[in-house]
Amino acid sequence: MSPDLSTKIGTLRLERPTMLASGILGISLEVFSRIHKSGAGAVVTKSLSKEPWEGYPNPTIVGIKGGYLNAVGLSNPGAPYFAKMISPNKTIPIIVSLVGSIEEDFEFMVKQFENVHVMAYELNLSCPHVEKVGLEVGDDPNLVTKIVKKVKSMTKVPIISKVGLGTTNYLDTVKAAMDGGTDAITAINTIRAMGIDVETQRPLLSNKIGGLSGPAIKPVAVRCVYEISSKYDIPVIGCGGVSTWEDAVEFILAGASAVQIGSAIGDGWIDVFSEVNKGIANYMEQKGFSKIQEMVGLARNF
Amino acid sequence: MDLQEISNRSSIRVIEKIIDETPTVRTLVFSDDTLSNVLPGQFAMVWIPGVNELPMSVMVSEEKGKAAFTVRKRGVSSTALYDLQVGNQIGVRGPYGNSFRIKDGKILLVGGGTGLVPLLRLAKFAKPTNEVIILMGSKTKEEMFFEDMANKILAKNKHQVITCTEDGSYGKKGFVTDVMEALMQDTKFDGIYTCGPEIMMYKVVQMANSKNTFVEASLERMMKCGIGICGSCCMDESLVCHDGTVFDGQFLAKSQEFGHTHRTKSGILENY
Ligand SMILES: Cc1cc2nc3c(=O)[nH]c(=O)nc-3n(C[C@H](O)[C@H](O)[C@H](O)COP(=O)(O)OP(=O)(O)OC[C@H]3O[C@@H](n4cnc5c(N)ncnc54)[C@H](O)[C@@H]3O)c2cc1C
Ligand SMILES: Cc1cc2nc3c(=O)[nH]c(=O)nc-3n(C[C@H](O)[C@H](O)[C@H](O)COP(=O)(O)O)c2cc1C
Ligand code: FES
Repeated sequence: MSPDLSTKIGTLRLERPTMLASGILGISLEVFSRIHKSGAGAVVTKSLSKEPWEGYPNPTIVGIKGGYLNAVGLSNPGAPYFAKMISPNKTIPIIVSLVGSIEEDFEFMVKQFENVHVMAYELNLSCPHVEKVGLEVGDDPNLVTKIVKKVKSMTKVPIISKVGLGTTNYLDTVKAAMDGGTDAITAINTIRAMGIDVETQRPLLSNKIGGLSGPAIKPVAVRCVYEISSKYDIPVIGCGGVSTWEDAVEFILAGASAVQIGSAIGDGWIDVFSEVNKGIANYMEQKGFSKIQEMVGLARNF
Repeated sequence: MDLQEISNRSSIRVIEKIIDETPTVRTLVFSDDTLSNVLPGQFAMVWIPGVNELPMSVMVSEEKGKAAFTVRKRGVSSTALYDLQVGNQIGVRGPYGNSFRIKDGKILLVGGGTGLVPLLRLAKFAKPTNEVIILMGSKTKEEMFFEDMANKILAKNKHQVITCTEDGSYGKKGFVTDVMEALMQDTKFDGIYTCGPEIMMYKVVQMANSKNTFVEASLERMMKCGIGICGSCCMDESLVCHDGTVFDGQFLAKSQEFGHTHRTKSGILENY
């Protein structure tokens, strides 16, 4: 019998353990559908704000050794537009990512989705390149607790808090999100970084500083997943540099119940989901696992 | 990994020559072995340091080892590219996207403005046995360019360059699509290729489809990454930078967005 690839992240059940990471390809229902069909167990939307944002001028994404630097500037069509756009959806497991500065921002946005089929919310507490939102919020544990509590009070769907590496110890941010009632944690977002073109002597990104993603950050992300799941009793979704089934299994062994994939799509296209899923299934068969849950956090036994 | 890095990070190039095509269109020539050999329809992301990075089709250059961009000044960024001087630096990465599939036999190229850029490269890739008709349109005589270039590129082929202007100041009077309709009355083409304003392409594709003639169009959508990560170029379920920019008539006939809507920088659908 082929192994069961479904997984549980707290109360959230996914058919497959690979998800589309926030900010990658996610602005239309048709594209979400295509990515779902290509094997993703869920898709996370671009982080949505109250109003539409154009984002920064280009260059916003540059390839570097080991991954990408990006400072897209959270360009998105805004939560109201987006909620209307995805409202016909019945079949795609969509997780809505939200970004804002204060509780009221999130309150406003969650209201937009009241009558829309949403699988979960992912609160972006970790974007490293836009002022007053993302990581600046994640760095303020009191604010994190308040925001999570607010969203939790408004909806029955699970709340996932996405953390990154800011100036506050991210483990304190995780704790703050748990105090607010978060159902799960995604770790990690991109890591603040920059690159400079030596020929023109200018920063590569228009915003100068951006976030690093891709294989370069994987060991850091694996460490974070391991630390979070060792320290707290909370389901974790691993994110950062997954491009092969080995990467995904590594995150699962570190304590992740599922993984998100972003940058790898730029290198190997959306086939990456089915390839990683297939690789995980083969591995499970070889090692005699019948469920993903049996593997979660095994590396912590040592 | 090395290859990825090479193609996804800009290489700095120096503008060597500038050709004024019209009062608002210029061709900037630079040395680049990779870009000088791209397939017809492929594009590059062009970094104007300190300003922006834009998608641009790669123009053919008559000199070996050289590539070019032909830019029309529109907003701030394309104007900054247009205003560059010989000796200025730009960054280029690519080539990206797919390319036209050139059919045997008699082919028709329909374009306007900078949409002619990929079509001229297609002309360059035409087989010696292809008979090629290029239909180029502009508003006025002043805005017509690339006619000589087209004749030169197709010197070895049986060919014809037909020009038309909306005000009748040069060539035939009318829209390229009117001229195309007349042409299709008595000529059967084996392939039709188009690039230019979307409304024009929409009509070209409709006409070709109605006659069951193979047709391909190279589309433009808002592009930020150019490599299938950011999603800004999506059209229906396609990512134009990755799955296109060239799509065929059968595919386009099913599109909800082609000829009707495109997305803004924030991702909101807007009517053409
Ligand atoms: C694959 C491709 C090939 C292209 N080839 C050429 C070419 O050979 N020559 C040429 O002159 N132009 C070409 N363009 C169009 C060119 O990229 C835009 O006209 C240019 O980016 C306008 O920039 P702007 O900032 O001056 O204008 P803005 O005032 O910012 O915008 C004017 C309009 O240009 C379009 N536009 C703006 N930014 C982008 C962007 N990043 N990507 C796509 N469209 C944009 C939008 O429709 C917008 O409404 C191409 C576009 C694409 C997608
Ligand atoms: C172009 C780009 C845009 C991103 N946008 C968002 C975003 O809007 N919200 C968010 O939470 N994370 C965003 N991220 C971070 C990713 O979701 C992910 O956490 C990070 O890229 C690490 O995973 P990866 O190595 O698989 O890409 C973005 C990443 C990239 C590369
Ligand atoms: S331009 Fe980014 S996905 Fe096409």
